[in-house]
Amino acid sequence: MVTPPPSVVVVTGVSRFLGARVAARLAADPLIDRVVGLDPRDPPPALQGLLEDVELIRADPHAAAGAIADLGAEAIVHLSVTSAPDPQHGGRPAMKELNVIGTMQLLAAAQGAPRLRKLIVRSSTAAYGASFRDPAVFTEDTEPRAVPRGSFARDILDIEGYVRGFRRRRPGVSATVLRFAPFISSTAETTLTRYFSQPLVPTVLGRDARLQFVHVDDALEILHRSVIEDHPGTFNVAGGGVLALSQAVRRAGRIALPLPEGTLSAVASMARGVGVGQIGLDQIDLFVHGRVVDTTKLVREFGFTPRTTAEAFEDFIEGHANGSSLTADRLAAAEQAILDGIRRVRAAAGDRAEVGGERS
Amino acid sequence: MSQDEFRDMLPGHADFKLPEPAAPARVNGRRPIPEIPQLNGQTEEEPAERDSIDVWDQRVARGLAFLRRRLAGTYEVDDFGFDRELTEGVFHPLLRVLYQDWFRTEVFGIENVPDTGGGLVVGNHSGTFALDALMLSVALRDRHPFRRHLRLLGADLVFRVPFLSELARKSGATVACNPDAERLMDQGQLVGVFPEGFKGIGKRFSDRYKLQRFGRGGFVSAALRTGTPIVPVAIVGAEEIYPILADVKPLARLLGLPYFPITPTFPWLGPLGLVPLPSKWLIKFCPPIPTAHLTDHADDPMVVYNLADQVRETIQASLHELLEKRPDPFAV
Repeated sequence: MVTPPPSVVVVTGVSRFLGARVAARLAADPLIDRVVGLDPRDPPPALQGLLEDVELIRADPHAAAGAIADLGAEAIVHLSVTSAPDPQHGGRPAMKELNVIGTMQLLAAAQGAPRLRKLIVRSSTAAYGASFRDPAVFTEDTEPRAVPRGSFARDILDIEGYVRGFRRRRPGVSATVLRFAPFISSTAETTLTRYFSQPLVPTVLGRDARLQFVHVDDALEILHRSVIEDHPGTFNVAGGGVLALSQAVRRAGRIALPLPEGTLSAVASMARGVGVGQIGLDQIDLFVHGRVVDTTKLVREFGFTPRTTAEAFEDFIEGHANGSSLTADRLAAAEQAILDGIRRVRAAAGDRAEVGGERS
Repeated sequence: MSQDEFRDMLPGHADFKLPEPAAPARVNGRRPIPEIPQLNGQTEEEPAERDSIDVWDQRVARGLAFLRRRLAGTYEVDDFGFDRELTEGVFHPLLRVLYQDWFRTEVFGIENVPDTGGGLVVGNHSGTFALDALMLSVALRDRHPFRRHLRLLGADLVFRVPFLSELARKSGATVACNPDAERLMDQGQLVGVFPEGFKGIGKRFSDRYKLQRFGRGGFVSAALRTGTPIVPVAIVGAEEIYPILADVKPLARLLGLPYFPITPTFPWLGPLGLVPLPSKWLIKFCPPIPTAHLTDHADDPMVVYNLADQVRETIQASLHELLEKRPDPFAV
């Protein structure tokens, strides 16, 4: 069933990196007439340039329920989901308020919007939880074996639960849940990009997690396509292939600092207390268990292959070259120097042996 | 006058050649017997020495390039975390010392392992630590004409333990669960599984070479679902490396282990008790059991059970056959 693209699209979370970019991209698409940004906060000055063509409603979804219905919104893109508590904006309670309560209110408002045809929700691969009995690769049907420890992962499970309820109540609305791998690009600012841009990167001793990333541009493309095309269902969105954490640290030219798991939690919470670093239980679970998803369904349904994890990470490295110490060039130079040194020593030893041999 | 000078004076000495030494025979999978050193060594030694310089230069260069690749992270790992370069460059050379020199492993029926495409290798499990699984993967890598890698399925306990979990993942193992097994077989990989699990490796020495229960036969349904042939394999030798005389259950429960073994050397000799006894190993691959025609019966417990039983019987019979070939466990 092919339906025309929606004429009015509501995007939540436009005061944030991803939301602002998606709204700008949709506003630039001639197929869509109106793009309305919904956010209780004003976008920061850096993002305001992007949002020139976007109408902004500064309200939380509960207050905006009437506005969503009056606008005749045909599609809602719910991106107002945050992956880490922000100490400047209320920490974890505010994060839970935004993620869980915000989603609940938005879905309640969406239920009352008569013309709504599409709902697109940002989720995360954290929805698979973390357990030692997990399969190595998650497909969309894999159920989490244990409730995850991290606050973000728990929020994601709640959000997906609300979407399941919404699907039951409004079966006519095509709901797309996109489970994104951690975002990465040369410019994106996330917990993980900040983590990988430190010169000394703390890791978990004795663990080498398998990681996957998705490039922000590919995530935007997928979000755009899910608005203008029809792709109901749940999809994993990640770059193909895998990087081991140690491998990623080495490729970024950083130095890994392995710490025992218990110590890492303590150090991380101390660092959070001082206000530096944002490693929480979500990241520690990721670094202990790793997370790899199968994107076959995404590639088949969307007809689009995101760039691989290695390529996306390469783009990140290019944007964060300063701070790296063990770069590939330096290693190659060191290799050549050592090899030449050994050759010289061997040649000298050989000469001496020959001279000695002639004398005797 | 030396013998050589005398020989030079003889007519027709230029035509005279020493008989070529026969190609060194491999004995019991060990290194070839060292051949007699070259008799007319004087002329041969010079080029040999020059070659050896180049060999060393190449080795050093190769070693440094390997180190550089590892430090720069420019290697590939697959979805399961399998690091081919590390496995071929570091793990297998180390294991090969045990495989060849310590256990003197002999392999039979390697032609029964499919050359390409998926395969499920099912073996008997023994030996306190899962050394038999590692030796089986070395055997397939060394003896198979296509030098195949074995992707082992391990208990989740392995993946709980720091370091061990990463060694296992990097050497190509993954958690024993049907989604992983089916994904690997769909990719055309050779998957290794030991259905006895801890019941097999933790059994007493008095129960040696008696196959334990085969779990629920999950491995069979995975093979059926993907239509992958099952290759039963019998491994003789692993039972004698750490003979378990007793199992201290309370201590095992305290440490969260499936068993706590008491062997003739462990824990009495401390770390020395971890050295495996040098038993003689024989590995026999049995003819593959095709499953492509049974794909629809993956959920039929009767078919699954019968097939698991057939695999079990085959392995048990091969074990008896191999034991007759090796009356002395520590034979050369």
